[in-house]
This record gives sequence, C-alpha cells and structure tokens, in this order.
Amino acid sequence: MTETTAAQPTEAADAAQPVLDVSDLTVSFPSEAGEVRAVRGVSYSVRPGEVLGIVGESGSGKSVSSMAVLGLLPESAEVTGSVKLAGRELLGLGDAAMSGIRGKDIGMVFQDPLSALTPVYSVGDQIVEAIQVHQSLDRAAARKRAVELLGVVGIPDPRRRVDAFPHEFSGGMRQRAMIAMAIANDPKVIIADEPTTALDVTIQAQVLEVLRTAQEVTGAAIVMITHDLGVIAGFADRVQVMYAGRPVEAGPVDEVYYRPRMPYTIGLLGSIPRLDEARAEGTARRALTPIDGNPPKMVDLAPGCPFAPRCPIAVDQCRTDEPELEIAEGAGHPTSCHRAHEIGAGLDRDAVYPVPALPEAGAIERLPRSERPTVLELDGLVKHFPLTKGAIVKRKVGTVRAVDGISFDIREGETLGLVGESGCGKTTTLLEILDLPSGQAGTVTVFGKDIRGLGRADRKGLRRDMQIVFQDPMAALDARMPVGDILAEPLRTHGWDKARIAARIPELLDMVGLEAEHADRYPQEFSGGQRQRISIARALALEPKLVILDEPVSALDVSIQAGVLNLLDELKTRLGLSYLFVAHDLSVVRHIADRIAVMYLGRIVELGAADAVFAAPSHPYTQALLSAVPLPDPRKERERGRILLSGDLPSPADVPSGCRFAGRCPKYAGLGDGEQARCRDEDPAAAVLGPDHTAACHYATALDVVPATAPH
Amino acid sequence: MSVQLPPTTEPAPGPVPPGADGGRPAKARTSRLRLTVRRFARNRLALFGLCLLVLLFLGAYGGPLLTKWDYQQHDFMNFLSSPSGDHWWGTTQGGVDLFALTMRGLQKSLIIGLLVGVISTFLAATVGAFAAYFGGWTDRVLMWIVDLLLVMPSFLIIAVLSPAFRGSTWLIFVVLLGAFSWMVTGRVVRSMTFTLKDREFVKAAKYMGVPAPVIIFRHILPSMASMLIIDTVIQVGAAVIGESSLSYFGFGVQAPDVSLGTVIADNTTNASTYPWLFFFPAGCLVLIGVSISFIGDGLRDALDPNAAGAKARSSRKGKRPRREGPKRERTVAAVPAQATTAAADGQGAAQ
Repeated sequence: MTETTAAQPTEAADAAQPVLDVSDLTVSFPSEAGEVRAVRGVSYSVRPGEVLGIVGESGSGKSVSSMAVLGLLPESAEVTGSVKLAGRELLGLGDAAMSGIRGKDIGMVFQDPLSALTPVYSVGDQIVEAIQVHQSLDRAAARKRAVELLGVVGIPDPRRRVDAFPHEFSGGMRQRAMIAMAIANDPKVIIADEPTTALDVTIQAQVLEVLRTAQEVTGAAIVMITHDLGVIAGFADRVQVMYAGRPVEAGPVDEVYYRPRMPYTIGLLGSIPRLDEARAEGTARRALTPIDGNPPKMVDLAPGCPFAPRCPIAVDQCRTDEPELEIAEGAGHPTSCHRAHEIGAGLDRDAVYPVPALPEAGAIERLPRSERPTVLELDGLVKHFPLTKGAIVKRKVGTVRAVDGISFDIREGETLGLVGESGCGKTTTLLEILDLPSGQAGTVTVFGKDIRGLGRADRKGLRRDMQIVFQDPMAALDARMPVGDILAEPLRTHGWDKARIAARIPELLDMVGLEAEHADRYPQEFSGGQRQRISIARALALEPKLVILDEPVSALDVSIQAGVLNLLDELKTRLGLSYLFVAHDLSVVRHIADRIAVMYLGRIVELGAADAVFAAPSHPYTQALLSAVPLPDPRKERERGRILLSGDLPSPADVPSGCRFAGRCPKYAGLGDGEQARCRDEDPAAAVLGPDHTAACHYATALDVVPATAPH
Repeated sequence: MSVQLPPTTEPAPGPVPPGADGGRPAKARTSRLRLTVRRFARNRLALFGLCLLVLLFLGAYGGPLLTKWDYQQHDFMNFLSSPSGDHWWGTTQGGVDLFALTMRGLQKSLIIGLLVGVISTFLAATVGAFAAYFGGWTDRVLMWIVDLLLVMPSFLIIAVLSPAFRGSTWLIFVVLLGAFSWMVTGRVVRSMTFTLKDREFVKAAKYMGVPAPVIIFRHILPSMASMLIIDTVIQVGAAVIGESSLSYFGFGVQAPDVSLGTVIADNTTNASTYPWLFFFPAGCLVLIGVSISFIGDGLRDALDPNAAGAKARSSRKGKRPRREGPKRERTVAAVPAQATTAAADGQGAAQ
C-alpha cells in the first residue's frame, strides 16, 4: 500500500512520513498438514495521528500480521517482508531489541483485558513497571505518572484506584488500564487488537472514546484490528479489508464503505444486520445477503483468487490467477479483484449477491397480536441468590437480585428480543424458564400452564415444546457423539422408535441446509456456522413451539451469521415457531425481533414492539444503549452523538434504591431537585407510552438516536 | 451460506410415520458403538494389545491342557530344574512344573486384575459423577464415605477380613480389593464433573428432558473417558500387584490355589540363582500390563474424536480426514463438510 497511498488525492496533502511502514509481510507456520500461510503479503503504512482499521473475519490473518509487527510470534513462524518503524527495520531484530521497542515506541492493547493484566500485582504496579522499563524514572515519579495516566483514561478516583488489583476492576476499567499502559511511554504507534470485542456496547463506546483521547494526548498512529465494521466506520480514517491472509481492499473509510469494489467487502457490508435498517410499515423484514461457503483453509491454497469459490461473480480468470491489490480503472482506491473495474460501473453493487427470498408470513403471523395464543408468559418473576459467607456455618450477608420482578409474554409466531448488557440478568431469566423450578416469586406460564403445579410427566411434555439453542455451538454439542446421535438424543428421550428417528435425522439435516451424510461425522469436522445449524436442528427435532435462542450468532463471523439469521427467520415462518431471542447485539435483535425487552439490573426497563422501541426509545438506558451501537456507515457515525454512560453496571448485590438507573442516568443530571428526589426514592413502574410500548422511567420521552436511512 | 429454500413439494415437516422415509437415501446411520469399534480396529497397537490379552487368556486356560503336569503335582525327580523339554519353564523348589503353575496363577491374576480394575473405576466414576452432578446432600454424604474409606487402612482391613471369608469364593476378595481402590479416582471424577456439568451440551441434554443418570452415563462419563481408561489400566496393574502382596502375606488367594503373586512371592528367595523362577511369572505380569495399556490407549483414541491415532488414513477421502493439533484441525477437517454444504448452499442461492 505504500506505493498506492501516494496516488490517493485525499492524502496527497499529508506530507508527514509514515511512522509505521509494513511492506509485503508474509507469515507462515509449519503444521502437520503442511505449511500454513497465515499472512500472504500485507502492506500498509500509517502516519502520526492517523487511524488505520484492519477488518477481516477470524482466520484472515489480521491478528497474526500485527503479532508479526510486534515480534510476538513463536519461533517456528517464518516472517518475511519488511516492517519499518520511523525508518528503522524491525524484522530480524532480536527479542531484547524488540523489547526495547514494544511498550515504548509501539503500544499494545489486546482483546482480553483480564488475561493481559497480571492478577497478582496491582494495576498501578503494572503501569509503573511499564514506565520504569523504558524510562529512568524513580518509583515515586513513575507512580505519579501512573496516577496521571489512569486519570487520562477516565478511571474515577485514580489516586485510590492505582492500588487496586485487576480483579477489582470491571472489564471496561481493565481495558482502560491497558490503554493507560499502552500510552505510558508516548508511543508512536498503538496497535489495538480487537480492543472492544469482549466488552458491552456502552462500555465499548466509553473505551473507544478513551482510545481517541489517548491518541490526542500522544499523537500516535493507531492500527485498529477488529471484525466489527461498525467500530471501524466511526473510528478509522483508512481501512484495509483482509481476506485469506491478504488485503483485498484498502482506502479511506468513505471510499470503502460507500464505493466498495471487491465482492467480499460488498458481501460483508450486506451481511451485517443494521440498527438503522429501513423497515417500511407492514412489510416483511429485509433478508440479509450471506456470503456462501467458508473462508479457505490456509494450507495448500488453490491457485486463483481465494475468494473465488464464494464469489457470485467469479469468472474463469479468478480461478487461475490471483489478482494484485491495485487501483482499478475508475476506482478511487486499490482492490484485488479482476472485476473491480466493472463493479459500480457496469455491475450494480446491490446485484452482486442474490438476495435470498424469505417465505411469506404464515397465517399465524398475519393475525393481529392480540388474537394469537400466548406461548410464554412471565409475571413478576424473581430470582434472588443469597450471598453467603463462612466455611462451615453459612451466614447470609446479602442478596444478589439477579432477576427482580420481570414480566413479559410471547405470543405464537412472534420473536421477543431480550437485550441487555452482561450481568443484567438475561441468562438467569432464561435458566428460570428452562429449569422449570418452583420459583421464588412470580409465575411462569408456558402454553397456558403454570409450571409451578406440574408433575413429572407434564414437565417432560413441556420440555418437548420448549427448546434451547446455545451461544457456543462447539460447547453445546457433545464432541464425542456423531451428529446423528446428537440429533437422535431428544427423539430417543421422548420415546420415538428407531425407524422414526432414522427417518427424522436426514429430514432435520436437510431442513437446516446440511446433508444427510453428515450424520456420521463428529461436530469438530464442521465449521462454526454449520455447528450452529446442527444445534438448531437438534432444537427443532421434537417440533417445539417455543425456541429459546441464547446469543445464537454472537460466536459466528458476520458472513456466516447472516446465513444463520436467515435460516432462523425462515424456520420460524415455516414451522410456526416463537422465539425468545436473547442477545447483546442490538443490530441483530433489530433484524430478527418483533418485540423487544430491554433489561437493566434485573428489571425490564423498556418493552414494546421493535419498531416502536427503535424509532422512539424512551428510557434513557435504551437511548444510551442504542446510541452506543456503532453503525457500519462512516458518515452517520461521524454525525451522530453518543450518549456516554458514566461508570459500569452496578452489582446486582447492591441495587440502588429508587430508580436503578438513576446513578448513571444522563437525564437525571438535567432534572430539578424535586424530580431527582423522585428518581432516587421511587421505583418507577412501567409507564404505557403507546399501544405496545412501555418504559419504566418517571420522565420517559422519546429521543431519536438512530438516524434513519432512506430505504435502499 | 444462504438459506435453503424448501422445494414446494416438500411435505410439511411433521412426525414421520415409521417406514415412510420414501425417497430419502435409506442408508443406515453408523451408530456411536460401530464408529468406536471401527476406529479401535484402525489402531495397530491396540489390536496387538487385544491379541496379546486373548493369547494370555488362551494360554492361562488352554496351556494346562497342553502339558502333562498339574500345578499341584510334584515331580520328585526334578527340584529346581532348568527349562527343558520335559518341564518347559523348569520346576520350583518343590518340584512343581512352573509352566502349569504360572498358567494357573495367570488365570486368577487376569480375572482378579480385570475385575478389580473395572469394578473400582466403575465405582469411582459413578460415585464421583453422581456426587458432583446432584450436589448438595448427595455430594456431602458420598464424599463423607469417600473420605472415610480413604483414611481407613485398607490393607489392614482386608487382612483382618480375609480370614472371615476363608473358604468362600475368591470373588469376595475381588470385591474387597475393588472397594478400597476407587476413592482417589472418585474425587478426581467428581471435580471433573463439576466443570463438565456446566458445559452447554450437558445443559442442552438436561433441557431436552434427558434423565440425570442417562446424562451422566451418556455425556459426562464419556467426556472423561481417557482419564477413566487410563485409570482402569493403572488399577488392573495395581490390583494384580496388590493381590500379590496380600497373597504374599498369606491373605487373598490361599494355597493350594495360586496366583501370579503367590508364584512370584514363593520363588523370590531363589530368583537370583534360578532366574527362570522369576522371569516367567514376572514376564506374564508384564505382558498383562502391556496388553491392557495398549488396549486402553486404543480405546481412548477410539472414543476421542480429536485423537489422531484412530483417524482413517488420509487416502480415504472424505470420511474421517486426518487431523492434527486441536486448533488447526478444524479448518483442515471441516473441508469436506464445507465443500458439500457450499455446494448445497449454492443450489439454495440459485433457487
């Protein structure tokens, strides 16, 4: 990209020398199956103050290339090419020399902030260490600097917090501490590898803000590696899309997002569900356009473009020679595609991928909501866990109010999206429904039966009608069972005979887009998306009426996720299912849910039809949540303001009195004294705002936080 | 991966009556047991171990028929004679044919070793898994029993009890040995179950309505199969030796009956000067251990879909491709499945 960036008119004015210049970087690992060529020629350069985003799906080589830059790959990895930091070649430097550069000239922020900090030293000590390794400061001065840095990254009360241990920090605060360490020595470049992937959206917004501050303070260049196109859109100046170890498209964000010329980029942008999805009144939802197939394995790559097998517009040339990253005729940025000159010119971008048709809404879905039978009803469900202390005699020292009185119902043929950040009680709610326990307070009614008074046989019957799909398709399938046995298990449990089971299994596999022969294989032999399909097939084996989906797509890559979401959509209509869809990703929920319940600290704060909630979010928390979701649209991202929440989710063991959200509420600060007192003292009840829309806020008013798109 | 649209002729998915799978390829699905057997058979060492064990059994029960000597018979012409055509493995101090004696001892030791190994591992697996899976009082009571048995000096108890059982069947002895050798494994199984029971596939089975004991035997215990198999192998070895040492002290297998342990014990004094007295019975003991551990390895590989040893040879394309390291194998192995779905998806998209 070094040679191509100069040609870009937008950056011609930028005379600053690139601070990090990577050219033709390749990384390969030996493996039993042959040489794994993880990175096959990556080039980029970043100038001071610039943010380069590198996007790609898992296995695209984006993390490996940054590890190679940092010299953190294992000995067995073979790295070639050139990495120049301010003119100095880094490749080939010994570990000692690299240690002098890592942490000083190049700062690092990793994905998992818990494992990146040592649990046995205080956060302050670790920052002090980072400073003292590279600067000759005495301990007191280094500590003073550590406090200062913690202040910069927005840790409240840094003087006290500097002595805290990593486990006393929440995930977001740990990531802030990591950023503090990364900027401790005024680095020239900060490499951030999926810095917000493990965090909730509101925390993600905070951390991105901190990264931006850190960049302003240090003037460093940032290389941001992520799979999230939304994060890049708002954060990066330039973006590089990676596929199969190579950049396939590179350029300024606006160019790449609005005028992509590589089918892979087009596919990626088309396959992500969007929060600002246009959904005209009464029409069916938009089908996502998934990219067929899976990313190639990096061993023995076939000749030709690695994307060709998945590309809908591949021509013969694509299968024989691999395109170079170059600026096609009429394009503003380099792409590696033989047909780049046609895309956007002769070939309509929207027509590259065939849009899968979703089936017509079934009879039950056309009925008005009030006329459909209720499938699941929760009324004031409570689940408290006692906090105990003492080894022999357990004393109760407190209560964790994991679920504190929630009510909602799901009608037949409907999808309820239950959203909230981690720790808000979503999972406990699910388990309360699935465990069919006697419950502490409140009622759970499934198919009109209160689960409280059920006998064994009735419970088993309920289990047949209510199934679950878990988040991690690998963990949810017993690795030691062939797929056929996995699918047969629910059938066997509910007394199907052998012949019926044998007939049902190919049918199930077919239903989720797999083949009958796959029944003999073990789950490991499938990709993540396929495994999730197997999970779905298992859940549907007994023809349940209600399927509980616990983050079913959050472990999948976006291009695969789209296929699974479409499958869920289709199955729902075909089989007349109802879904309880639990997710933290609001864009996904927006795409699939008919109704939405937003949870905060064991309560539902806003509940209503998806269109109503997304168009007019009325609880301040919902507003903050929605505003924190990044949109894969650079222009909108720059224009929209974020409602940043202060602090973290309070512990459910220590629930504030009055409104639970008051302590973090952006609206609360703007209220008068009398009104504030009401928030502090009075627990708000759900106020009805519309025909199917309630919010638990004393001062609920709608606020548009998601800019609408013109339907495309 | 696009959604496969149902063809319009697709019958509404409903319970399919038995036999009504018309049109579908009626290829029988290979069951888990068949797959395991097939994978086991692919492992040469395991097959070798199995053959060895079968030979040992054949020798133990068939060997005495081949020789004219009986293990209780004394050849007063030959005391401590070296191996010869007449006495294949030589004779003992008492003039007993060592081959007949060892084979008789082998019968007992094989049975005792295998039974004790299986019984103690089964006990350990069951108690540990049930304790952890149910938790609460079940756990507490079962762990009290485990701890109690752990602090009791098992050797002494067996020693004290064995006179009481004198004259009755030696199977009681097997039960006693088994009952005192499972506790440590039981605790290990329990702690492993604690982590396994929160795994999603266990929860998935639970929410399907699968009864708890079935979950334990179908999901939890197979997941720790490698540990259990290795434990069984160790227990078999330990039982043979434990039985030997008890027999040495005069408990356990009593004269005139013999076990490998008593044969070795009786001849230890002469072992250095008349080495065959030691080598032949001890060799049999080693062979038991070797065969059991080869079989154990093979079983573990056959049960563990990640193991490389049980894979089909890579030349047999498609079925079970060869895989290595846990991380990379996914991409490598997923290929045939991917290729076919990609094709299927292609069709779906084309419709």
